[in-house]
Amino acid sequence: MTGHVMPVRAYLAVFGALLVLTFVTVWVARYDLDVFNIIVALSVAIAKGLLVLLYFMHLRYSGRLVWICMVAAFSWLGLLLGALLHEMATRDWTGMPTPWE
Amino acid sequence: MNHNPHTTTPRGPLAHHFDDLDQQHEAAALGMWVFLVTEVLFFGGLFAGYGLYRFRYAEGFMEASRHLSVPLGAFNTVVLIGSSLTMAMGVHSAQLGRRKAITLYLCLTILLGMVFLGVKVVEYSDKFQEGHVPGQAFVHEGPLARQAELFFSFYFAMTGLHALHMVVGIGLLAFYARVAWRGRFSPEYYAPIENLGLYWHFVDIVWIFLFPLLYLIGLHE
Repeated sequence: MTGHVMPVRAYLAVFGALLVLTFVTVWVARYDLDVFNIIVALSVAIAKGLLVLLYFMHLRYSGRLVWICMVAAFSWLGLLLGALLHEMATRDWTGMPTPWE
Repeated sequence: MNHNPHTTTPRGPLAHHFDDLDQQHEAAALGMWVFLVTEVLFFGGLFAGYGLYRFRYAEGFMEASRHLSVPLGAFNTVVLIGSSLTMAMGVHSAQLGRRKAITLYLCLTILLGMVFLGVKVVEYSDKFQEGHVPGQAFVHEGPLARQAELFFSFYFAMTGLHALHMVVGIGLLAFYARVAWRGRFSPEYYAPIENLGLYWHFVDIVWIFLFPLLYLIGLHE
């Protein structure tokens, strides 16, 4: 009646997937893929984080209020990271000297 | 075992200001999720700072990252994922009202959390001995020393804050393992166990991002 009861099999499957993804991220990091190293590392981390969030934390079976919380949290985090790194990445395009160079 | 022996009110585990158990359950979980929002932004600030300097000082960060032990980091990742599994099983046992199983799984989670912190102690003491702690005694050869020092500042701030969350989590786990052993929880009322699970899994997610960003960025060279 309170909360969604998941089968134990599902927890074990998520655990197995997390182990495999951990192995994948270490294995891929050994090869030089230029800019794709960080893209692969973050994609795997996001996949693992989503697995934990959706199944271990039952987000998949939670109400809309909980979803709003998480969407809000990651939207603001995205805004912070997006604006900051976007500014950093395009700073040199104008040819303006930066104060520390 | 399936009822709550400590509650004497006629409404059982339902507090008087809620309509029904579902509403009470949702309210408790929602409060925890809102707290986790603040935690996302709390750690998010550190990740943003890390991202900024990782971008600017990529070479120094990669060079410094190679001083971290990938086997120890990977081992700890597996330990923490395992502790998330035992925590999830603890919540699962609470949903089914299995008193002894809840206590067992919470104790296993404590044990795995302790293993994680133990490995962290070994790593930190290695860093102190190798002179990788930012400050007067910092040792790093080559022109990228200042960048490497900044990397280790982020390393200690982020893993330190993460470890602090683990210490708090282990304390809460020990407390609620005792409460669970006394039969305080039932399938109608196990909100503290569920919220503890949410907290523990969140701390796991933080580590899932810390591991590749700190340990693996310099591995390919």
